[in-house]
Amino acid sequence: MDINEVELSTTPDAEAIAALQLGDIVYLNGLLYTAREGVYTRALDEKANLPMDLPSESATNFHCSPAATIREDGSFDMGAVTATASFRFAKWLPEWMEKTGAKLIIGKGGMNSAAYKEYFVPNGAVYLSTVGYGTGALLGRGIEKVEAVHWEPELGIAQAMWVIRCKRMGPFIVASDLDGNCLFERENAKIAKNLERVYEGTRPAVLKRFGETDDREDELIG
Amino acid sequence: MIPIAVIQETAEALMDKAAIEIPEDYHNGLKAVAKVETGSLSGYVIKAMLDNYDAAKEDRCAMCGDTGTPRWYVKMGNETTIEGGPVALEAALRSATANSTKRVPLRPNRVHPLWRTDHNNNVGIGAPEIEYAYEPGGEWIDLITVHKGGLFGTDYRMLFPSDGIEGIKRFYLDTLVAFGKRGLACQPAIIGIGLGGCKDTCMVLGKRAACLRVVGSKNPDPKIAELEAEFKQLGNSIGMGAMGFVGNSMVVDCHIEVGYCHTGGMQMSMHAFCLSSRRAVARIFADSRVEYRTDPDWFTDYQRRETVGWEGVETADEATV
Repeated sequence: MDINEVELSTTPDAEAIAALQLGDIVYLNGLLYTAREGVYTRALDEKANLPMDLPSESATNFHCSPAATIREDGSFDMGAVTATASFRFAKWLPEWMEKTGAKLIIGKGGMNSAAYKEYFVPNGAVYLSTVGYGTGALLGRGIEKVEAVHWEPELGIAQAMWVIRCKRMGPFIVASDLDGNCLFERENAKIAKNLERVYEGTRPAVLKRFGETDDREDELIG
Repeated sequence: MIPIAVIQETAEALMDKAAIEIPEDYHNGLKAVAKVETGSLSGYVIKAMLDNYDAAKEDRCAMCGDTGTPRWYVKMGNETTIEGGPVALEAALRSATANSTKRVPLRPNRVHPLWRTDHNNNVGIGAPEIEYAYEPGGEWIDLITVHKGGLFGTDYRMLFPSDGIEGIKRFYLDTLVAFGKRGLACQPAIIGIGLGGCKDTCMVLGKRAACLRVVGSKNPDPKIAELEAEFKQLGNSIGMGAMGFVGNSMVVDCHIEVGYCHTGGMQMSMHAFCLSSRRAVARIFADSRVEYRTDPDWFTDYQRRETVGWEGVETADEATV
């Protein structure tokens, strides 16, 4: 299978998003911002005013906290950037997308297809996953400039909202499409066919645990 | 006596190395995996990771943005003394952790579990962890830093003797499949398995098996070494590769370490040391000479000893006879 590579703006138009296929590799140009627990809590639960004009400045939300430091003169030193697991932000994302018009959600691990169908597709948004989750140095090369950091005094470096101007930042991989299909679920389904054979000859533990699933086709993310 | 300034200087250099330079054994292990990976998406991911290691070294930049939770393993020869004593040693390691967090930079991951207070330096209550071991003879100190990722890929279960090897395999597969989906474990990984001990020591053993043994090393018990090889093969036959895509690369290597346990139990822990297997090692001698290496060489015959005493070392029992 050939891997298809595309360049995309962080404020992409509807046609560009519609053209993306599961498994495509994406490189980004433009402004993006980072947002994890602290940003959603502050913006949505505590109703703080957003420090940027969204989505006109950026429609790209990166579930990330960079390896960065703020120098004494207020400038920034940012090296590696890597995504963090997105499923933990599911409770905030629908409201966030509605409020900010985010079209590209970038992170680790993706969401499930129910989430894609429920609030990604109606917002015309797709999910991009970082590659391998550890290509921090490669992504770091795509940083043209760290434009700002918001809410750092309140949230700390790891949870603050970083605003990054990127130039051909990538690789990212397209993990959902405008039909709500999920790349990871597609792959899981292929792998599931093999699981019974792999488990052959193993034995369930004599002492059971209160568990939420024994179905190996299930996933742990909610 | 080992000068404290040399300890801190070496510790800072190790923090940088761990974050930036993939250890050679893991690098070679992943290159070997890349050659046999048949899944196209999984193969693409592994190739990107190999490119990323080069980029990190060239740019002197952390290889992954999540720089884990830095910790220290310290080992000393029996005759070692440290300028300022163990309290000065711990202060030096805490300083090195804080300074390097700002300098590299690392992500300041360490926060209070409830109040989420972040000192922005990876230092806090109980952080970084510092664990100790000793070896007979010699005046030297080994400093090992490991910056393992912290959230996914690890589990513990109390198994029992009647569960047998088949039960161990089941829990091994359960953990790989559960955390392998969507690549949450950041595989291909070095899988460490702890068997036995008590619950806490079982977790410690498994973590050390993942983080303190190099790819290609074998347990000295030939039957355990056979299990390691079998488990590696089993993990790679799930049909899953990098990021949980179809493939055959979950396990770069499988390491099993054991400890004597309660007669009724067979504790098991699983740990995954990820695509950014961050570890760095140095030995400092009394004359301030520093030797850097990548093999922690933690599990020596002495660490795995089964006997009461140790050859050539007189016990108090013997001394009073």
